[in-house]
Amino acid sequence: MSPWLPILMAVPVLGAIVVALLPKGSDKLAKQVTLLVSLVVLVLTLVVAVQFKTGGPRFQFQAVYDWIPSFGVKFGVGVDGIALVLIALSAVLVPIVILASWHDADGTQSADGTLITPKRSVKTYFSLLLVLEAMMIGVFAATDIFLFYVFFEAMLIPMYFMIGSYGGAQRSYAAVKFLLYSLFGGLLMLVAVIALYVVAGKNTFMFPELVGAIQDPATQKWLFAGFFIAFAIKAPLWPVHTWLPDAAAQAPAGAAVLLVGVLDKVGTFGMLRFCLELFPDAAKAFTMPIVVLAVISIIYGAIVAIGQTDMKRLIAYTSISHFGFIVMGVFAMSQVSQSGAALYMVNHGFATGALFLAAGFLIARRGSPHIADYGGVQKVTPLLAGFFLIAGLAGLSLPGLSSFVSEFMVMIGTYTSTAFGSGALAVAAIVSALAVILAAVYILWMVQRTMNGPTAESVKAFKDLNVREIVVLAPLVALIIGFGFFPKPLLDVINPTVTQTLVNVKVDNPAIAEKGAGQ
Amino acid sequence: MNDAVVAPTIEYGTLAPMLLVFGAAVVGVLVEAFAPRYLRKSIHVPLTLLSLAGAFALVILQVVKGAVPTAPVAMGAVAVDGPSLFIWGVILVLSFVCVLMINDEGHFVASAAAVPGSADEEEAEAAGGSHTEVYPLVLFAVGGMLLFPASHDLLTMFVGLEVMSLPLYLLCGLARRRRLLSQEASMKYFLLGAFSSAFFLYGTAMIYGYAGTVSFTGINKALATGSLLDPILLLGLSLLGVGLLFKIGAAPFQAWKPDVYQGAPTPITALMASGTLVAAVGALLRVFWVALGNMDWDWRPVMWAVAALTMVVGAILAITQTDIKRMLAYSSIAHAGFLLIGVMATFDKTAQNSKSLSAILFYLLVYSLATVGAFAVVTMVRDPGGEAGHLSRWAGLGKRAPILAGIFAFFLLAFAGIPLTSGFFGKYAVFAAALASGSEAGDSLGGWMTGLVVVGVIASAIAAFFYVRVIVLMFFSEPAADGPSIAVPSTGTVAVIAISLLVTVGVGLFPQPMLDLANQAASGLFIR
Repeated sequence: MSPWLPILMAVPVLGAIVVALLPKGSDKLAKQVTLLVSLVVLVLTLVVAVQFKTGGPRFQFQAVYDWIPSFGVKFGVGVDGIALVLIALSAVLVPIVILASWHDADGTQSADGTLITPKRSVKTYFSLLLVLEAMMIGVFAATDIFLFYVFFEAMLIPMYFMIGSYGGAQRSYAAVKFLLYSLFGGLLMLVAVIALYVVAGKNTFMFPELVGAIQDPATQKWLFAGFFIAFAIKAPLWPVHTWLPDAAAQAPAGAAVLLVGVLDKVGTFGMLRFCLELFPDAAKAFTMPIVVLAVISIIYGAIVAIGQTDMKRLIAYTSISHFGFIVMGVFAMSQVSQSGAALYMVNHGFATGALFLAAGFLIARRGSPHIADYGGVQKVTPLLAGFFLIAGLAGLSLPGLSSFVSEFMVMIGTYTSTAFGSGALAVAAIVSALAVILAAVYILWMVQRTMNGPTAESVKAFKDLNVREIVVLAPLVALIIGFGFFPKPLLDVINPTVTQTLVNVKVDNPAIAEKGAGQ
Repeated sequence: MNDAVVAPTIEYGTLAPMLLVFGAAVVGVLVEAFAPRYLRKSIHVPLTLLSLAGAFALVILQVVKGAVPTAPVAMGAVAVDGPSLFIWGVILVLSFVCVLMINDEGHFVASAAAVPGSADEEEAEAAGGSHTEVYPLVLFAVGGMLLFPASHDLLTMFVGLEVMSLPLYLLCGLARRRRLLSQEASMKYFLLGAFSSAFFLYGTAMIYGYAGTVSFTGINKALATGSLLDPILLLGLSLLGVGLLFKIGAAPFQAWKPDVYQGAPTPITALMASGTLVAAVGALLRVFWVALGNMDWDWRPVMWAVAALTMVVGAILAITQTDIKRMLAYSSIAHAGFLLIGVMATFDKTAQNSKSLSAILFYLLVYSLATVGAFAVVTMVRDPGGEAGHLSRWAGLGKRAPILAGIFAFFLLAFAGIPLTSGFFGKYAVFAAALASGSEAGDSLGGWMTGLVVVGVIASAIAAFFYVRVIVLMFFSEPAADGPSIAVPSTGTVAVIAISLLVTVGVGLFPQPMLDLANQAASGLFIR
C-alpha cells in the first residue's frame, strides 16, 4: 500500500474545496491558491516519477481499498509506465493552463472597448480545473475498471461546465454535443464493464486479475466493441470525431488544451490497456478495420484542417489526424509502434498544448479566431510569432522536435510490424506518410497567413507576449525541444509496459526475441 | 352446533406502523370535525409529523429486534417481510419530507368549492381560508401506500390500492394557482385511475376463478400444478398487469402522468412521484414474483416489451416538454422503465434473486429521494402567478441563484445516472442484475436481457439530453430581465432539500451502507 497516488488525487480535490469556499471578491487569491495547489501536485508527481523503477513490477505505487464490496468494487490505484507519463503530462499541463487562463474568466475587452467575453465566476472556473486535475490523475491511475469508468464519466462534468460557461459564442451547443457524445460512448462501455464482471465471474473489477479472464471469442468481440466505441468517441476517431472541433473551438484556450491534450488521451490509453489486454483475440480480429479507420482519420483530419478558417478548429482537426497515428500505432501491435504511440500521447499533449495556447494568446489580442483577420503579426509581436512557429513546427513533426520521434516510431513500427505477417500494415504506414506532407501544408499555410505578409491594420496595436505568457509557453517549448533530442527517459519508462502489453496480447515480439538472443 | 364466530388473529405489534398511520388519519378527521378552525393546522402538523416519525421508529424497532415474521400475518392478509419493512421505511421518510413541504403556505386552494376566478374564491383567499383536510388525506394515502405493497392477497391489495389512490385524486385538485389545470388533472387521474382499478379487480376475479383463492400463496401453489395456458388465467394475468403498470406509469399506460404531475400541487406531485411509485413497484414485484412467479415464461416477454417501450417513450417525449413538472413526469416514466428492467431480472437461485430485489429497493430509495429534492427546488422558483413552470423561465437561474441551481443540476445529474451521484449506482445495480439474469443458464430470455440493457443505455443517453438541456438553460443562458423570483425557503423546504441532497451525494460517494441495508432487507426475499 503506497499512499502516493491517493495523495496526488486528494490534494487537488482539497484545493478545489478551499478555492470554492473562498469569500466573494477574492478572485486573485483564488487564482494564486489554484496555481499553488497545481504546483504542489506537480512536485509530488515528480517525486513519484523519480521513485518509479523501470525494471520493477508493472504496477507500482499500488493502493487498494474496499469501496463497494456488494458490487465487488475496489478503490484500486497503481501506475505502469504509460499511466505514469500521462499523469506527469497532466501535472505539467495544469499549472501551465492555470497561468494561461489567468484572465479568462475576468471578462476581456478588445482595444476599441467592445466586450469580448463577459465577466464570469473566477472561483468556479479554477475549482473546476482542480477537480478535473484530480479526475485526470484518477482515470490514469485506476487499476479497478469500475473506478476507471467512474472517473471516465465523471470527468465530463467539470469539462462540460468549463466549455459551457466560459467558452465562445456557440459554447452551449458545443458543450452539449461534447457531453452527449462522450456519455453515449460511456454508457455502452458501462454495459461492457458489467458484462465483463458477470462473464468473468471473479467478483472483482481489478484489471490485473481480469487479464485473460474472457476466453470465448464471441464474447470478447462484443465486449471489445463496447469498450472500443467509447474510446473511439473519446480519442476521437473518424467517423465519431465531429464533436471535437466544436468543443475545442468553443472552449477557452486553457480548457481546450486539457481537453485535447489529456482527456482525449484517455481514449487511446484505454485502447492500449483495456481493449488490447482484456480482449486480445478480438483486438487481433478487428485490427485491420481499425487501422483503416485510423488511416482515414490521419488523412481526413489533415485535409479538412487545411480548409479551416478558424485557428482553433484547424488545430482540432490536426489533432484528429494525430490521434489517427496513435491508434494506428496501438493496433499495429509491435514494440516500436506501441512505444511510439504512447510517446506520441505525451508529445502531442505538449505540442498541441503549445499551439493552442499560442493561438489563444493571438486570439485574445484581437477577439477573433479567424485566420483571415490576421496578417503580418510577426513584425508587431516577434516573440509571439516565434513561439507560434515553434509550436506549429512541433505540430507538423519537424525532426529535432519531440513529435517527430513518436511519429517516426509509429510509422516505422507499423511498417515493420510482423504481428500479422502481411503487407497490409506496411501499406497503411505508407499511406499515412502522406499526412506528413499535408501537415506541412496546414501548419505552414496558417503561419504564413497570420504571421507573414503585410501587417494588417487591426494587428498594429498588438502588444507582444508579457511575462506571464512567456512563462506559459517557454516550458512547453523547452520540453518539445528537450524530448526531441533526448526521448530516452520517457521511452525507458514506457517500453517495459508495452512489452508486458504485447505479452498479454500474445503477439510475437521480435524485440523480446532479440533481447533473449543477446543475453 | 358449531356456530361460534372465531375471532381473527391480528398481530397488532407487527402491523403497528400501519395502524399508527391509519389511527392518526382517523384522529385527523375528528380534529376537522371538532377543533375550531384557527386551531386545526397547529394540531394537524405535529400530529401528522409525529405519527409518521413514530411509524418509522416502529419499523426500525422491528428491524433492530430482528422480529421480521416468516409467515403472513393478519390471517394471511398482510406480509410484513424484509422488503415490506424496507419499503415502509422509505415511504415513511418520503411522506415525512413531503409533509414538510405541504406545510408551506400557498400550495393549496383556499376554498376548493369556489369556482376558479369567482368572487367566492377571492373572498375565501382574503379570509385566509385553507383546507386543513389535506393532512388526514395525506395520512390515509400514506396508509394505503403502506398496505399496497405489503398485502398478501389480491383483495387486500385492492383495498390498499384504493385507500392510497382516492385521497390522491382529491389532493391533486387542490392547487392554489392554475386551478383549472389542477382540477382537470384531478378529473383525469380519477377517471383513468378508476378504470385501472376496475382492470385490477376484474383480473382478481379471473385469477380467483382459476386458482380458487385470492391468497398469493394459494395462487402460487395452484400455478405450480395447474395448466399455465388456461385462458382465464392468462386473461387475469394481463388484467392485473394493466392495473399495476398503470400505477407505476409504464407505457402504454403512462398518459396520465404528465397531466397529473403538472396540475397537482407540487408537494403532492412529489409525494406521488416518490411514495406512490415506491409502493406500486413493491406491489408489482409481489404480484409477479410471489403469486405469478411460476409463470414467468408468460409474463417476462410481455414485460420486456413494456419496459423497453416505457424507457424509450419516457425519454423521447421528455425532450419535447417545455414545462419543468411535465419533464420530470416523463423522466419518472423513463425511470419506471429502468425499474422494470430490475423486475425482470429473476433467477432460479434465491441468492441471485435477492440480489436483483436488493437492486430494485436501492434504486427506489435513491431515485425517490432525489425526486422529492428536485420538486422541492421547483416550489422555490416562482413567478408572480405561482411557480415558474415554463422551462424558458429557468434561463439564467445559475446567475440569480447559483446554489439553488447547482443543487438542482446535481439532482438532474443523479437522474441521468452520472457517476459519483446516487442515481448512477441505482442504474448500475439494475443493469448488473439484468445482465447476470440473462447470462444464467436456462433463462428464458437469455440474450434478450442484454438487449434490454442496451435499450436502457440508449434511453439513458436520450434522457441525458433533456436533463442536460435544463442545465444549459440554467447555467449557459443569460437570465431574462423579468426572471422568476426565488422564494425565501421555509425551514421545512430547506430540510427537504438538505436531506435529499445529503443522501444523493453521500450514497453517490459511499453507497455501501445503503446497499447493506437493501441487501439485508432483500436477503429473505418475499414471504411466499
